[in-house]
Amino acid sequence: MSDTLMGPPISPAPRHTQRRRWGFTRERRLAWALIIPAFIVVFALIFLPIVRALWMSLHIMDLKRPALGQPFVGLGNYINIFKDPYFWDSVGRTLYFMVLSIAVEMVLGVSVALLLNRRFWGRGLLRALILIPWALPITIDAIMWKWIYNANYGALNSLLWQLGLIENYRPWLSDPGTAMNMVILADVWKVTPLVILLALAALQTIPETLYEAALVDGAGRWYSFWHITLPLIMPTMVIVLVIRSMDAFKVFDIIYIMTSGGPADSTKVISYFTYLEAFSYLRFGRAAALTYLITFFVGIMAFVYIRLLNREIEY
Amino acid sequence: MRKPSLLAQVLTHLAALIVAIVVIAPPIWLFISSISTQNELLSVPIHWIPQNPTFERYGQVLFATGTDAAAVFRGSMINSFIVASAVTLICVTLGSLAAYSFARMGFAGHGPLINVILFSYMLPPIMLVVPLYTVLANWRMTDTLHALVIVYSALIMPFAVWIMRGFFQTIPRELEEAAMIDGATRLGALIRVVVPISLPGLVATSLLCFLMSWEEFLIALIFTSSPSAKTIPVAIAEFTGRHAIDYGMMATGGVIAAIPPVLIAIVFQRYLVSGLTSGAVKA
Repeated sequence: MSDTLMGPPISPAPRHTQRRRWGFTRERRLAWALIIPAFIVVFALIFLPIVRALWMSLHIMDLKRPALGQPFVGLGNYINIFKDPYFWDSVGRTLYFMVLSIAVEMVLGVSVALLLNRRFWGRGLLRALILIPWALPITIDAIMWKWIYNANYGALNSLLWQLGLIENYRPWLSDPGTAMNMVILADVWKVTPLVILLALAALQTIPETLYEAALVDGAGRWYSFWHITLPLIMPTMVIVLVIRSMDAFKVFDIIYIMTSGGPADSTKVISYFTYLEAFSYLRFGRAAALTYLITFFVGIMAFVYIRLLNREIEY
Repeated sequence: MRKPSLLAQVLTHLAALIVAIVVIAPPIWLFISSISTQNELLSVPIHWIPQNPTFERYGQVLFATGTDAAAVFRGSMINSFIVASAVTLICVTLGSLAAYSFARMGFAGHGPLINVILFSYMLPPIMLVVPLYTVLANWRMTDTLHALVIVYSALIMPFAVWIMRGFFQTIPRELEEAAMIDGATRLGALIRVVVPISLPGLVATSLLCFLMSWEEFLIALIFTSSPSAKTIPVAIAEFTGRHAIDYGMMATGGVIAAIPPVLIAIVFQRYLVSGLTSGAVKA
């Protein structure tokens, strides 16, 4: 075979020769052989469960009432979910969490990245410190903030009281009016560093000469920010926005530990709603339908993300 | 660039100081709580600096025998190490091979496949937990470290493939070509030329895989219940779930469980940041 003499093709061959050679060359066999082990794992544990969840979502699987059997109900689970006001409430809370946490993270993230892009004493140290919230496991972030928010002995109450900002200690996490915002604060503290790192990486690719040229033209700092910095980091920030949206839509851990969905359901986001449906009420068919709805929303975002990644970023 | 004015410099430093305080104060408070006596923990209002700092709880968590909570915590730490190491090994090995194929041996079908990889990386874990639970429970596979390792590997593998593919793409093809002209096979060139050069990428990917397994919560929560399989995040969550919460022990456990990932992040800062930024925003 010619391949053994000439060595494998260095760049991808044109399409028509690829078709003709499908499955025959050593190169091709190796290309597949390298992929297959990884794919077996992903296929068995991601794709088969997805298919099974589809089956489950079309049946009643109520483990608390085994006498029902597992009858096929078509789209019954989905229709019931759409009619359930509690479902829509949980969607609303998820969106609230998503929009507020991401808005704060983006604004703070870009601001601190701009700061870290300047020269100041201790910059290296601050860049290292920023990694601490990022590296801290989310469960520890959650217990840490839960302790800080503690109604009787928490640091937040004590601090605000000692500063004279509040007259009485407040039950931050057991008040339906504040619980979600406090969870969001804990999430923002943990996640903003990631946004900072990505924004900083984008800032560092902007050539200094652009700012010098703007300066020569008499542009001020503010003008440079709106007309050079922001447009140039925008492609990266849009991607960050989409990644964060996917993550925020899936929020679970921090809710489970800090509030368990309470008080009065005020933090019951869609993942937690689904979790209860499956592992508390044992209605697996309905839970599977819920996971499909979650995946549908995340899938749309993933689609946007993939499109954005494949788009050329030009300066 | 023009030299910043004195005022601008002062403001920059002030802003940096505020950011540093906001970032560092909560973990420092967690640490202070872990070395405060029970009386001080429950004092109102708080004395911010503990009068009689004690490391007694660390001794209890790490060495005490007989106390249930401490033994469970230690066991869960070991479980987390085993699971995270095994997952990292599996994902980096198998993931790199696949990533190399994607990066270098382009052929029809690769395009859609890499999108499948990317999509599986974004899948909400709850999507897998619900169907997998019904299967694994039937096979009596829940509550074992094996089950965790396998499920985590599948979840993290797409991430490893994606990141390693990015690293391989930055390596000049000429290096492998040169090796292959000298008579090395493709696989030989991969092992002897590509792997050594992409060591920074392999390190970054390994660390990120390790951190992801170390902090995973939802799957561990559902698939493990006994001390023999529980991981750190689950053990930590249980500290807060009990009726009589021992805040001091909770803080101590939190600090200990945070040490490995935070150390990794700070020591390997450069690798991690490059892996993170290139993985997230580049195709």
